[in-house]
Amino acid sequence: MQYQSQRVAKPYFIAAIGLFVGQILFGLVMGLQYVMGDFLFPEIPFNVARMVHTNLLIVWLLFGFMGAAYYLVPEESERELVSPGLALAMFWIFLIAGALTIVGYLFVPYSTLADMTGNDILPTMGREFLEQPTITKLGIVVVALAFLYNIGFTILSGRKTVITLVLLTGLTGLAVFFLFSFYNPDNLVKDKFYWWWVVHLWVEGVWELILGSILSFVLIKTTGVDREVIEKWLYVIIAMTLITGIIGTGHHYYWIGTPEYWQWWGSIFSAMEPIPFFMMTVFAFNMVNRRRRNHPNKPAVLWALGTAVMAFLGAGVWGFLHTLAPVNYYTHGTQITAAHGHMAFYGAYVMIVLTMISYAMPMLRGREAANSGRSQVVEMWGFWLMTVSIVFITLFLTAAGILQAYLQRMSETPLPFMVVQDKIALFYWLREIAGVVFIIGLIVYVASFFVGSREPEATVNTAEA
Amino acid sequence: MKWDHLNHCLKGATMSQAFTKAMARNIFYGGSLFFFLLFLALTFDTESALPDRDNRQAITEQVAMGKALWEKNDCIGCHTLLGEGAYFAPELGNVYKRFGSTDAIKAFIKGRPKDGIPGRRSMPQFNFSDEELDAIAAFLKYASEISNANWPPNIQG
Repeated sequence: MQYQSQRVAKPYFIAAIGLFVGQILFGLVMGLQYVMGDFLFPEIPFNVARMVHTNLLIVWLLFGFMGAAYYLVPEESERELVSPGLALAMFWIFLIAGALTIVGYLFVPYSTLADMTGNDILPTMGREFLEQPTITKLGIVVVALAFLYNIGFTILSGRKTVITLVLLTGLTGLAVFFLFSFYNPDNLVKDKFYWWWVVHLWVEGVWELILGSILSFVLIKTTGVDREVIEKWLYVIIAMTLITGIIGTGHHYYWIGTPEYWQWWGSIFSAMEPIPFFMMTVFAFNMVNRRRRNHPNKPAVLWALGTAVMAFLGAGVWGFLHTLAPVNYYTHGTQITAAHGHMAFYGAYVMIVLTMISYAMPMLRGREAANSGRSQVVEMWGFWLMTVSIVFITLFLTAAGILQAYLQRMSETPLPFMVVQDKIALFYWLREIAGVVFIIGLIVYVASFFVGSREPEATVNTAEA
Repeated sequence: MKWDHLNHCLKGATMSQAFTKAMARNIFYGGSLFFFLLFLALTFDTESALPDRDNRQAITEQVAMGKALWEKNDCIGCHTLLGEGAYFAPELGNVYKRFGSTDAIKAFIKGRPKDGIPGRRSMPQFNFSDEELDAIAAFLKYASEISNANWPPNIQG
């Protein structure tokens, strides 16, 4: 680690992993509620568990992105952060605000939480993924602005690289598009239309810039491939991301009251959305194959390659599966959507944050470049357990979704929703079992931070053996 | 063809100097800007087409109150509305048509058991007033009359 201020990344990464554990616990609760409908009812109804599950995901990924930025920006810019103190202050503000929000979800009825936080003054609550009280949303804006100031001034006053400029573009976009969460008209169609400007333009737009930037940084560091080559790839990948992804928003405008021409725009452009993900896979494998050195941190390289593959499968292939309007007519709002959501978020965003943590954490904990061999083996077990189980979660949900679409929407005698849910319960059970394997993988992953800490660091030679 | 060319340039160990980083950067900035402007143009067009589709003439104060209640109780956390939301409970964009009347909707919401149903999913009892029930039902009726390309495929949602 070359710069002292990179250290502020560490609490961000620790918080990210902690909240990740919470996210998965509530995922298991929801999975069980799918097959045991009265589980924890009425204390923790499904909607509360879901809010906690999805909001923790968003918050921990944001922690991860911010930690990644604080770690890589000084190194790229070749200077200390403008204000490490501000970064730490924002860490605590964000963590406390986030924790209070989750406590609010769990211990107060949602409508009471809305009253307590003055939702009537500026109603923004009660929309999917944007359930946070308005005051929490304002807090997110403050944290984002302070973060952008810190990162932005460091980048602009230091060495400017493609990686930092792309990262800054992505993070600025993240902050700007979040502002649409404050627009909540009475008109349901307009509400939904601009809601996607947050959700879609985040995950299929600006977040991919952040993903590309972090992935490029880790690949430069671990493979030693010439920066010029990597930066050229990065530009082409993110160009394809935005060229396909912006108009690709149209795949959300098929059935919400918007004009029918969106079925054409959405189908054509989102059918091309897998292209940048495929390029990312080719890119990552190419760079690793052309590496100029072997890096002793093997899990970091594994996570980087894993990100490229799983993002392509989850976001690319599973997205394409149901993105064409004639298909989506039957699959819209079924378990197919859930299947895609799980693998895409894990493959693209969970894995890129874990890639960065895997790369940076050894240095943040005082190692030269890598953990001990034993710790690395345990971490890679965590990788495989989580990754294989998310594949199975996705496959089971896909099976459930196909049956659901058929029984409820395509057969000669369409059945009611709850009747269909009972018929496909087997797949929900299988998904829950895969979920249990996932949390075992997560526990193994967390354990890797405590295993072999006193043992000597792995070198390229020992890592080869 | 352009695409083949790009791929060709990117492939292999020796990246062709014909395709430079500056060109890649220009494609990124130019492409993103162009498609974002196109997106804004389509948005503008959509806004002008919406009055004939989004059933805005039906948005009364009561409907607005219903939407506020819908949000305040996080209905989207279990249900879908026009296919968006959670997949734990039935689609409600067409519930007015499925149930046949606002009275049936109100009766269903009112009749939910406080402690749930053993072993099964059950909607919580929200203890809405009659005025609130009317508002929620009116909101769901308004939603069901949005012109949305005949989705869902059938009454089951």
